Formats: sequence, C-alpha cells, structure tokens
Amino acid sequence: MRGAKSAKWVAGAIVVALAATACGGGDDSAGDDMNKGKADPNGIVTAQLSEPQNPLQPANAKESQGSRVLRTIFAGLVDYEPGTGKLEYVNAESVTPNDDSSEWTVKLKPGWKFHDGTPVTAKSYVDSWNWSANIKNNQTNSSWFSDIVGFEDVHPEKGDPKSDKMSGLKVVDDNTFTVKLTQPVSYFAYKLGYDVWAPLPEAFFKDPKAFGEKPIGNGPYKFVSWEHNKLIKVRKFADYKGPNVAKNGGIDFKNYTTADAAYSDLRSDNVDWIEQVPTTALASYKTDLGDRAIDQPYSAVQSIVPAFYTKQFKDIDPKVIQGLSMAIDRPTITKTVLQGTRTPADSYVAPGVLGYKKGALGDIVKFDPAQAKKLIQEGGGVPGNKIQIQYNADQDHKPWVDAVCNSIRKSTGVECTGDPKPTFQADLDARDAHEVKSMYRGGWVLDYPVNSNFMRDLYGSKAAGNTSGYANKEFDKLSSDADKASSIDETVKLYQQAEQLLAKDMPAIPLWFYKVNSGQSKNILGKIEYGQDGDPIFDTIQVKQK
Amino acid sequence: MPDVTKAQTTDAATVDAVAPPAADTAGKQSPPKTEKPRSLWGDAWYDLRHRPMFWISSVLLVLLLVIAAFPGMFTSVDPRDGDLVHHYLGKPELGHLFQPDWFGYDQQGRSIYARVIHGTRASILVGVCVTAAVTLIGGLLGMLAGYFGGWIDSVISRIVDIFFGLPFLLGTMVVLNAFTERKVYVVILALAFLGWTSIARVTRSSVITAKQADYVTAARALGAGTTRILFRHVMPNAVAPTIVVATIALGGYISAEATLSFLGLGLSDPTISWGIDISEGSKVIRDNPHTLLFPAGMLSLTVFAFIMLGDAVRDALDPKLR
Amino acid sequence: MGRYAARRLLQMIPIFIGTTLLIFLMVHILPGDPVRAIYGDKAPDPAQIAQIKREYGFDKPVLEQYFHYMLNLLKGDFGSNLAGRPVADLMADAFPVTLRLTLLAITIEIIIGVGLGAWAGLRAGKAADTGVLVFTLTVISIPVFVLGFIARFIFADELGWLPPNVQDSTDYSQLFLPAFVLAMLSMAYVARLTRTTFAENLRADYMRTALAKGLPRRRIIGVHLLRNSLIPVVTFVGTDVGGFIGGAVITEGIFNIQGVGNLLYRAIQTSEGSTVTGVVTVLVLVILLINLLIDLLYAVLDPRIRYA
Repeated sequence: MRGAKSAKWVAGAIVVALAATACGGGDDSAGDDMNKGKADPNGIVTAQLSEPQNPLQPANAKESQGSRVLRTIFAGLVDYEPGTGKLEYVNAESVTPNDDSSEWTVKLKPGWKFHDGTPVTAKSYVDSWNWSANIKNNQTNSSWFSDIVGFEDVHPEKGDPKSDKMSGLKVVDDNTFTVKLTQPVSYFAYKLGYDVWAPLPEAFFKDPKAFGEKPIGNGPYKFVSWEHNKLIKVRKFADYKGPNVAKNGGIDFKNYTTADAAYSDLRSDNVDWIEQVPTTALASYKTDLGDRAIDQPYSAVQSIVPAFYTKQFKDIDPKVIQGLSMAIDRPTITKTVLQGTRTPADSYVAPGVLGYKKGALGDIVKFDPAQAKKLIQEGGGVPGNKIQIQYNADQDHKPWVDAVCNSIRKSTGVECTGDPKPTFQADLDARDAHEVKSMYRGGWVLDYPVNSNFMRDLYGSKAAGNTSGYANKEFDKLSSDADKASSIDETVKLYQQAEQLLAKDMPAIPLWFYKVNSGQSKNILGKIEYGQDGDPIFDTIQVKQK
Repeated sequence: MPDVTKAQTTDAATVDAVAPPAADTAGKQSPPKTEKPRSLWGDAWYDLRHRPMFWISSVLLVLLLVIAAFPGMFTSVDPRDGDLVHHYLGKPELGHLFQPDWFGYDQQGRSIYARVIHGTRASILVGVCVTAAVTLIGGLLGMLAGYFGGWIDSVISRIVDIFFGLPFLLGTMVVLNAFTERKVYVVILALAFLGWTSIARVTRSSVITAKQADYVTAARALGAGTTRILFRHVMPNAVAPTIVVATIALGGYISAEATLSFLGLGLSDPTISWGIDISEGSKVIRDNPHTLLFPAGMLSLTVFAFIMLGDAVRDALDPKLR
Repeated sequence: MGRYAARRLLQMIPIFIGTTLLIFLMVHILPGDPVRAIYGDKAPDPAQIAQIKREYGFDKPVLEQYFHYMLNLLKGDFGSNLAGRPVADLMADAFPVTLRLTLLAITIEIIIGVGLGAWAGLRAGKAADTGVLVFTLTVISIPVFVLGFIARFIFADELGWLPPNVQDSTDYSQLFLPAFVLAMLSMAYVARLTRTTFAENLRADYMRTALAKGLPRRRIIGVHLLRNSLIPVVTFVGTDVGGFIGGAVITEGIFNIQGVGNLLYRAIQTSEGSTVTGVVTVLVLVILLINLLIDLLYAVLDPRIRYA
C-alpha cells in the first residue's frame, strides 16, 4: 500500500521545458472535449504533492516534492529547448565559455525582479552560490558547486571553512559575473539548469530558515502560503520577465500520502494532476480516464548492478553479465508485472537525453535463453551459480525483482533471489559500505540532459555515483577526453563511443526506462506537457473557463 | 502495578491486542479441589473430549502441521516458479481440486495454491517457536518473581512494566527495522523479545497463589529444597493459566508475523509467507481479489484453529468460566 | 485515594524512563543512516553529512544523546526532525486525528461488543450464544490488515457506499469505515468478556437477591448486572489503547489517515529517531495515565475496592 505511494525517487532533476514530443498518450483526437473550451488565464491548477522533506531552499531540494514547488517559484539562468535539449536562456542573456571552457561569463537580462520587488543582480547569484556551497549551511546539494575554484575553501573535507566566498566567482557589474572552474567542463552551462543554481534575494540571507518556510523567488509564480501536510499555494507573478510566463493563475499543491487517495480525487475532479496512478489502478486507469490518461516516458533508467568488489564479480568475464542480461524477458515483464509503466531499455542512456542512441546495446538486451546460457557457460559460469538482487522494500520494487529473478532462474538455471533491505537507507548503507552480497538495484534520473550524466557520473572509477567498485581505465580516459572536447557535440559523440565500450564490459544490466502513468482532470484544457524528468511543465497548463 | 485483583481473565491474551495484563488471576484460577477424584489435568481432558470445538480445531491443526511438514505431499509445483507468459494473474479454477490452478495465479504467474501450501511452514514455525520462547522466558521470570517475591519480584515486575509499556506491534516494527536480513529466527526473536510480558505476569500471579497452598508449606516443612518445591510442587499447579495464555497467543503471533511481513518488516524472500503474498495481492485486489483472498483465508483459518484450541483448553482448565 | 494516586504517579517515573530509554536505544542502534538517505541514489557528500550529523548531535554516544533528549523533554522540547520541523508540531497535527479515530472506534467497540456480549450472556448455552462465539472467534482470527482490505474492497470499491480513502480526517463519516475495522478485533474481545461476566454474574447472589426483592427485570439487568459486568470491560478497553495504536498503523495506512500511526510508520521507515522517540514517549505516557485512571475508576465502579 505504501509502496505504491511514489514509485520514483527523483533525487535531483532539472528545470525543464522539454516538450512532450514523445508523448505516448497520442495527439489530441478531434471531438474530444478535453481540447474544447476557452482558457481561463486566472484559473488555478490543483496538483498532487507530498509534504516536501526539506525547507524550500533551492540548494536543499534533493527530492522531487520540494523541487516541484521550487521550480515554479524560481527561474534559473538557463533551460533546455523542447525536444532537442539545446540550451535556452531564461534569466541569462548569455553564458559563454573562454577558449578551453574553464572560465565562463554570465550576462543577465536586465530589469528582473524578485517577488519582493528587489532587483535580480549578478550579486544575487554569486551570494546564493557562495552561501549554498558553504558546508556550515547544510545544503544537501552543496557538492554541485565543486567545479568552481575555491570550493574547498567554503566546503572543506574536514574542519571549518576557511572562507565564505569561492574565489572563482567574480561580480563584474550588476548584470555580469564570471565563474572560474578548476578544470574545463564543456557542458558547464548545461548544469546551470538545475535548481541549486537559482539566485537568492537579500531577504534570504537575513533569515534563511524563515525563508525556507516562505521562499521569495524570481520565477513565474510567487509563493503564497504553506500549510504543512495540507497545501502549498503559489500564484502567478505579474512582473515576470522570462519566456515561460504562466498560462494559468496559479497552483495549489495539495498534499496526499497515497497514490490511491490522489487517484480517487482525480476521478472526481478534485485534483487536476496526479503524480502517478496507483498500482491498484494501473490495469484500469486508461479506461477510467480515456484521453485524460497520461502515459509519458521520461529520462530515467532502472538497472541491476553487479557489486564488483564481491568475490563473485571481482574477476568475472563480462560475457557472464551479458548472459544474465539476455536471460531477462524485458518485454513480458514490462507488460505484465510492471503493467506498462516502463519500456524495455536498449541503452545505458535514457531517451530524451542528448546522445541517446536507439538500440545502442543491440542484442545484449534481447531475451534469448539459449544464447544467455551459452554466454554464461563461455564466461565460466556465475560463481556459486547463485545471484541475489538487493533492493529496498519500502518502495514497490519487489514485483519486478521477483520477476527478473524468475526469468533468470528459468532461462539459465542460475538461482536468483531478491535481497530486500527494509528501507532505502539500509539499502544505500549497504551500497556505500560495499556490503552488497551480489547485485543491487540501481536507478538514475537525469540531472541534466547530456549522455555523460548517465555514464561518467555512474561508471567513472572516481564518480561519486559509482558504488559498485567498477573501474575501467579505458573508459575513464575516454570520458575525460570527452569532457575536455571543444564542443558539446563532440562531447556527446565521444560518450557514445564510451557507451560501446561499456556494452563490452557490462558495468550494469540496464532493465527499463521509466514512464509516467498519470492523469489530468476535466478542468484542464489540452494535454499537460511534461519535462524529461517526469514532472509536468506547470506554467504551460491551461485551465478551462467555467 | 499494585496487586489490585483484576477481574480480568485471559481472554485478550493475543498479541496484537496488546493483551491486558491477562490478569493477576490470583484467587481466580482455582487449583484442583481435593474433593474431586480426578486431577486438574484428567478433569480437563475429560472436558476437552466432549467439546466439538476441540475436535474441529485439533483436526485442522493436525492437517496444518502435516502441510507444514510435508508440503510436497499436497502439490508438486514449485511455488517460486512463475510463468508470466501463460499464467499472469490467471483466474482460479475452483473445480480443479489440488491442481496448480485451483486458486489461480498471482502477478508473477505463480500458482497461488502452491504458495499457500508452502507458506504454511513459516507461519506455523513462527507461531510455535515464539510461543515456546515466550513461555520459557516469561514463565521462568514470572515464576522467579512470584515465588521469591521481595526485590527479585520488584526488579522483574519493573522490567515487565517497562516492556509492557511499549505497544507490541510498534516495538517489533522498530526492532525488525534494525535487521537487514530477516530470516525466520530473526522474526521469532523480535516477537519473543517484546511478547514475553503477558506470560510473565500470568505466571507470576498463579505462582503466588500456588506457593501459598498447604502442600507447599508442607513440603517446605518436610525440608524440600527450593528447586524441588518449585518444579515438583509449584510449577505443576501454576502452569495451567500460562498454558491457556500461550495457546491463545500462538494464533496471535502468527497473525502478527503476517502483519509484519505485510508491512515489509517481517519475513523476506525467499521465505514464502502468507503476509507477503497478501501484501502483493492487495495491489491488484480490484480486478483480482483471488490473489488476496486465498492466502488471507488460509492465514485466518490457521489463526482460527489455534485460537479455537486455546479457547477450548481455557474452558477446560478454568472451570469457573464454563 | 489521593495518596494512592500520588504513589502510582511516582511509580510511573522509573517505568517511563525505562521505556523511553528502551525505545531510544532501539531506534538509535538501528542501521540505516537518515542523513545519508537524503541523497538517495545520488552521490553523497561525506563532508556535508558529517556536518549535519554534528549539528544534530548524532556523533555523540547514545546515552549522552538520550540524556540530552530527556533534558530537553523536561523543558517541553521534543526536538525536530531532519527537515527541521519540530516534532511537537508533527504530533500536534497527528494526535487529534488519531484521537478522533480511536474515540469513534472505542464507541463502536463498546456499543456492538457489549450489546453482542450481553445478548449472548443472557442466552448462555443457546444458539445465539454459539453464534456469537463463532462470530467473535472468526473476527479475532482475521488480521486487521486483511479485514481492512476486504472491508475497503466490499464497501468502497464494490458497493461504493463509503469513500475508499479518507480525504478529510476531521469528517466522522469518512472515518467510520476505518474506525470500524480498527474496532473489530477489540470488539470481539469485549463481546466475549461481556458474555462471560454476564453469564457469571447472572448466577451471583446479588442477582438472586435482586430478583427476590421483586425488582423489574429491566432494572436488574440495566443497573445491577450491567454495572458489575462492565468492570472487566472498562479494564480491557483501557489496557487496549496500546493495541489501538498498533492497529492504527495498519488502518491509517490502508485508509490514508494522517494520524499518529502513519507518522510513526513513516518515521520508523526513514529512521527518523527523534520522531519515533517523541511519539512513543507520548504514547507511553498516555498508556500509563490511562492505566492509572482505570484503577481509580475501579473504586467508583466497584464499591468493594478501596484504595488507601
């Protein structure tokens, strides 16, 4: 019951404007009353939310609920163009690198204001980043600033910070500042779309704690009120200067703790958008909602990852892992056990991300029991002829883990069991401490829409997201070359080469890509657009005139 | 707790209700009256034989024990073997007695009948072992407290009070949350860790009653040692209420295990547990109620059998309630 | 009576300290690092984690943490959870909801339970008695969570009489189904208890006396029998409060009620030590006080009992 609450743990995600081009719900069919009627520019959208776990501070929103609200209140420097993932400027007029992409100059559009009337200046950004990076301020996303020169002064590994400013940040004038990086990063501008890079008004620094309860931003909506465990209200900001002006009058984020409750409210039009159809209703929601059902892929992948520090996988022949991958009947499992909530993965990189190549993994992700058996045999078999898949039991992972195990057991004879940890914490602890016994469930939602995010940040031997102990010198070399490439196109291409390298070495077995299965109420005009991170683009939602 | 005589009997000794102190039954639990020729036990057995409830529950329990011991006798299908292509959420065929599709298939395409059969062992094992453990711990501590009194009683009673203050289910949830690997014995230990208090209280008060009996005084006067008095004279005469509480509680422990497994804090894969299956079934209940009803039915039947037996034994041993 | 109450209150102190220490130790020895969990699948930042832990005092020895916790508690400060919200606030939101649910459940429990029990007790040995016995046995045998799902399936999904989930926890009509499910188990016990005491007291001397005096049957049953039979029922209901909270974890979860059970369950799952300890501390206090109240109530209900 509680597992159904939220299938996804979106730990970090981007501010998005990628339109729902690949929308599985299909284009609006004529004669459907969803698309008839006039839009009410003052109409209020009611959306599902769970209580945000942290105060509403931009660098402190590690989970999807808080960032859902923050993204309506704040506008960042950049965004991504719908479909292509190309950079689009929002608050920035330009973000330009020097020759080797190690120093960046940010120019702001003049005349922007925070919701309290104070101007948005270069200082608002620099102060915000310095504060957020400071270890004393306990912002969970503080490590996002680690590319900037002087980060270790404000965020030392041990002891108190030496300074409260990063020396790499310099205010040039009211609307210009420069960012010096410790090493070249060709796609630094892409990272700037994430929540943590938001500017903060002066009011924030007077009382950050109070601000977290009543944030003041520069985005299309201004914050109105937060009744804990009940309702968060944001309303359209009339003086908003950005491109994404709200097409509705505001949003009421209504608190739900179960998907079931939200779904029954959606059916009675008491809420206009829900996060995810509950497991109990997955079989019937398309009939229940008709055209108002939302079935929408987003850029996230689920995989099972061998723990390479175990005896079992230490010196494994990658062929064995390829064999295990081919023993999994992805199409059947996604159709039955997962009830169409995911689509079989064919790449390490999720679709909707720059550099995703359809079918990149070729046969390795095809279900072929005979070939699977053969590969495992050729590779010398699975040591102990037994694997375990570790997962956390507080989310709805058991069904698919069981199904994957059944599939492997049936097609190869390798014994396979789930290894549930009671909570996500316990699961992560075991991963961090390198105590996973065999394999574990891995999941990744994009931080920024470049394929490097799905590879370097997971499989680089020094990457913080690499908890499997995987190390491949060749891959490390290729990815560092790619990061230093002169253009983003070049970077993406080099990472595509790196993906082929990974396919041979199998640092993980990709299983499927995520989809949003959701719905919208009868109050909404047209189909709700989605970003690549699986959250709707709230400012484009239109409410029907009553 | 002061020794206020509570007119409360063993009724509510099951676990999840966090049993009322199940009574300081002092003065209530009538030790065998000497004018009767039969002993308490003989009397009870005579009584039991004439109760249909006893026979129904006994037959059920024997059947369940056989299933738990030899599941292979009842089904040859591997309960972990799923076929998603052919059997995904297959409907039950109630006519196909003892066939794999009798109770239908679950969302992994596994035979629910086979799972129900193979799930019996874990439930019975947990129930029996927890009961044995709490009877041992609670019985021993209760006996010590009741017999020796004084500071031993104070210390033990305070410890009982402390543990008793924690709601049973919540306490076990917290304990089990600490274990990342929950095999059967872990669940047993967790349930026993917080479950022994009722037994301790009941035993304590019945021992207090029993030790005041004339034959104990007589034995002591004859120079019998403490151990001898405890085990030969006090225990046999004080054990009846303990047995009653334990039998009724057994069903409760099975129910508690299922509840914990349902919450994701009980048994874990690859152990087959009704609680887990019920939890899985609850997700597809709207269109496939069979995935929940059969394991739930089997679970309830088992708890029913134990509670009914406990009830019959209680009535037999505690003639006052007849 | 006053001295007795004072003595009992004093006795509660060591029990209270013992129980809170027990729960505190249980919670804080748990594996599962709540700070690390903030980072989810994404890379953790060890320096930042260490800093947060320092601020919450998690780096201190457990007993020292407990000592500080109790000191703060004496000042009425329950601490705050990792998101920085005061635990007292969380509890202030949750307790009224569960109180409502529990009161409703107890009402249902007593009305139906005593009614059924009295009915069976007056007809001891007859078909009605056996019927009630089998019914109560069946109810006791079905675990609360199964009962919850079945009740929801039948009354909400199939028949559509009641909402499947509670949207507004202040609306008693929405709370009815969950309260009913929550009450079922205890209701069965109350019915059996009432039946037993009724049957027993029917044979008591005072009943014969009352009959002999020629009192009307309604008065005998209503005043003498009921009053005397209610003593064990009151005890049971009182001692059962802890069980209700355990049941509330299940019921509130199934029906989406924002009460103590839900709060506690989530806190246990996320290893939010301060919330778990806070809620359980209050619960223990409530349970201890109710026990005291019940013992005092005895004296009122049963003139034979006098406390010095």
